[in-house]
Amino acid sequence: MRYRATILALLAPCAFAATTGEALFHQHCAPCHGANGEGGRGPKLARLKLPRAPDDATLGSLIEQGIPGTEMPVTRMTDAERAEVIAYVRSLGRAASAQVAQAGDPKKGELLFWGKGGCGQCHTVGPRGGRTGPDLTDIGVKRGPANLRQSVLDPEAETPDNFAQYRKVIYMPDNYLRVRVVTADGKQITGARVDEDTFTIQIRDDGSHIYSFRKDQLKELHEDWGKSPMPSFRNKFAASELDDLVAYLSSLTGAQ
Amino acid sequence: MKKLLIVFAIALALAAAAAAQMEWVTYSGDYSGQRHSTLKQIDRTNVAKLHVKWMYQTNDLNQFEVTPIVSGGVMYISEPPSNAAALDLHTGRPLWLYRRALPNDIHVCCGQVNRGVALLGDVVYLGTLDAHLIALDAKTGHMLWDTAVADYKTGYSITVAPLALKDKIIIGMSGGEYGVRGFLDAYDPKTGARLWRFWTVPGPGEPGHETWAGDSWKTGSAATWVTGSYDANLNLIYWGTGNPGPDYDGDIRKGDDLYSDSLLALDASTGKLKWHYQFTPNDTHDWDSTHTPVLIDTQFRGRARKLVAVANRNGFFYVLDRETGEFLIGKPFAKEIWATEIDSHGRPIVIPNTRPTPEGVPMYPGVHGGTNYMSPSYSPETGLFYVSARQEPTSYYRATPEYDAGTYYVAGGNRGIPGVEPSGAIKALDPQSGEVRWEFPLHSPPWSGVLSTSGGLVFGGTAEGNVFALDSATGKPLWDFQTGATVTSNPISYELDGKQYVALAAGRALIAFGLE
Ligand code: HEC
Ligand code: HEC
Repeated sequence: MRYRATILALLAPCAFAATTGEALFHQHCAPCHGANGEGGRGPKLARLKLPRAPDDATLGSLIEQGIPGTEMPVTRMTDAERAEVIAYVRSLGRAASAQVAQAGDPKKGELLFWGKGGCGQCHTVGPRGGRTGPDLTDIGVKRGPANLRQSVLDPEAETPDNFAQYRKVIYMPDNYLRVRVVTADGKQITGARVDEDTFTIQIRDDGSHIYSFRKDQLKELHEDWGKSPMPSFRNKFAASELDDLVAYLSSLTGAQ
Repeated sequence: MKKLLIVFAIALALAAAAAAQMEWVTYSGDYSGQRHSTLKQIDRTNVAKLHVKWMYQTNDLNQFEVTPIVSGGVMYISEPPSNAAALDLHTGRPLWLYRRALPNDIHVCCGQVNRGVALLGDVVYLGTLDAHLIALDAKTGHMLWDTAVADYKTGYSITVAPLALKDKIIIGMSGGEYGVRGFLDAYDPKTGARLWRFWTVPGPGEPGHETWAGDSWKTGSAATWVTGSYDANLNLIYWGTGNPGPDYDGDIRKGDDLYSDSLLALDASTGKLKWHYQFTPNDTHDWDSTHTPVLIDTQFRGRARKLVAVANRNGFFYVLDRETGEFLIGKPFAKEIWATEIDSHGRPIVIPNTRPTPEGVPMYPGVHGGTNYMSPSYSPETGLFYVSARQEPTSYYRATPEYDAGTYYVAGGNRGIPGVEPSGAIKALDPQSGEVRWEFPLHSPPWSGVLSTSGGLVFGGTAEGNVFALDSATGKPLWDFQTGATVTSNPISYELDGKQYVALAAGRALIAFGLE
């Protein structure tokens, strides 16, 4: 809730007529990066320095080429339109520089992550942790804080979303789709789908064993779309603890 | 002596006819567009033993969309961006390689690709991204002539495989997202001189011109980027046309926008229009009708008829009379939510509010269509039409473009719909009724064409990299092989030293499969 309020406050001063850049941003970028570049499924763009787009030329080629192997897509537009979007993204950065820092203490969040939350049973940060869920070493670079909060409160809100755009190019190791199979000899296996093609499927179970099956040799194959093994932490944390946890996740920007 | 000569000539002709089946002499195998091989050594009983005989790799990261040509123990291919090569059919080793030096300001919407060469006698023909048609010596790869088909600086390019008739080379163009005006051309195989041009967007005073509002015809596109078919008896060329330009906003170009998204029947001698049929009038979804038309001679509703069948990007399967263009069947073969039906005159009954808006409208088929450029096939033995079908929605939105010659000119765009898993299938359609007879599900939407054979098989490929063979009567899978990269080409089959092979490209590799 606090987060929302911050966003609204930010919006107010820039409520002038929409420019082309703004309209294009809303059309192409806002679905992932948030209406004001605050971040969502994609990272926050409303910042003075974008780590992977330090100058306008790099930002332009990022828009043109996407970031291969991630959800950041190729966006087709004319050179003039691209220039408008770049200018708009930079204006978001300048507007945001006046903003106060995010609520929450990442140090406390780190303790919750490895302690009370038990997040480390399923997630790795650097070399440490378990493998049931995705590696979170650079999750702060990939997702905005609102999206991270949602992941903790409502893990099933967005589980299968992350393939539609880039699945054609790479296969689906970061999809974490839950699958259950029954083999020809009646054995049941549950785990995350690691890869799949028309004839075969590869699964990693929660003990990190990897299996490869031909689909026509399985008795049953269930793909549990929208289901997550990650429990909701809605009633587990106090509001301030959640802020701390999100602040910690946001601070994870990969190995330096 | 004379008698002996005649006998000899007949023997030669017969040998040539028999040899024609063993080779793969034109884009679709023969002029009918059926992509059906009469070879049957590889069949339902032994296809499980198929394995790799050789591989050839390109040196370019663009998609490898080639359909190879096989003749005289040599395989002729194009490879991205605009190169051609001759490969030894025994080993896949290149005999020569022609590398086109391209300018660095060419315009292509969808990758620097090429779909194949044509062969006529001892000459190989290649269309290039800088919109030239060139002739190469089949023995050496040396250039014989080079003709500018169009000015690439204004948005034209060529990715289509030319079609060689006995006395002319037919070539289409690309550029539907760059505000060009479409055409189909014929060239003299010996000199490269242009013999005729058919503008796919009629100019002032020509019939059909009134289907474009104001000056919109000038940037009307209707590109011709997939190889067509030919009926030698009727002397008609059948060729599909692409989207009207600019994409997504039909109001800029009010009217039906002829001859975009159409099938054209052109007199091969003159390039004059015999008839046309438009699949998607005033298209706002980028549903190019650039498909290889499949010519079928069969009993239809009680009498022998010459038909042409097209599985369209708009999700419908069509059967027309190819002498007259009469509409006979139009039935959905893929998920579609834009038209309730095709009426008895062949016009779609469009569902309201299915056109792009500034906010976006989710749609089936999505922008890549119910199928796309990949070739279908038809087996005269099963009487079934096989197609790689895609199920992948996109949200279409509209925007206001400005035209600047030679630059990207589209009125909006599209995005994927999160949470929906796209999929695909190989479908067997009955041209007698338009019904789906069987389907084989694919994990994701395919980009590979299909090949049917007299061995009772249908070969195809998946976006995940599988190559496979299905029973052409039932769709039952009989063999598969993981190539490691998306298949974006069309399979072919040929015979060498008495043995049958199947070849296709996946990723950067061209792979020849054989038994034992
Ligand atoms: C489908 C969701 C999606 C859309 C649409 C999208 N992005 Fe992204 N973007 C992402 C994701 C996810 C990342 C992080 C990729 C990663 O590292 O895994 C990203 C990363 C970026 C980055 C790098 C930020 C940094 O770390 O420096 C920039 C800049 C960016 N996007 C700009 C844009 C712009 C501008 C648009 C619109 C033209 C856009 N994106 C559209 C999802 C999206
Ligand atoms: C039982 C295993 C499990 C536990 C415990 C768990 N997670 Fe997860 N988590 C997953 C899996 C699996 C996914 C990926 C698929 C999904 O979203 O369901 C995931 C997804 C996430 C994501 C989204 C990643 C992305 O790419 O968007 C975040 C953030 C996250 N978890 C954080 C946490 C935090 C913080 C905790 C502890 C409070 C936690 N998880 C506890 C299994 C777990």
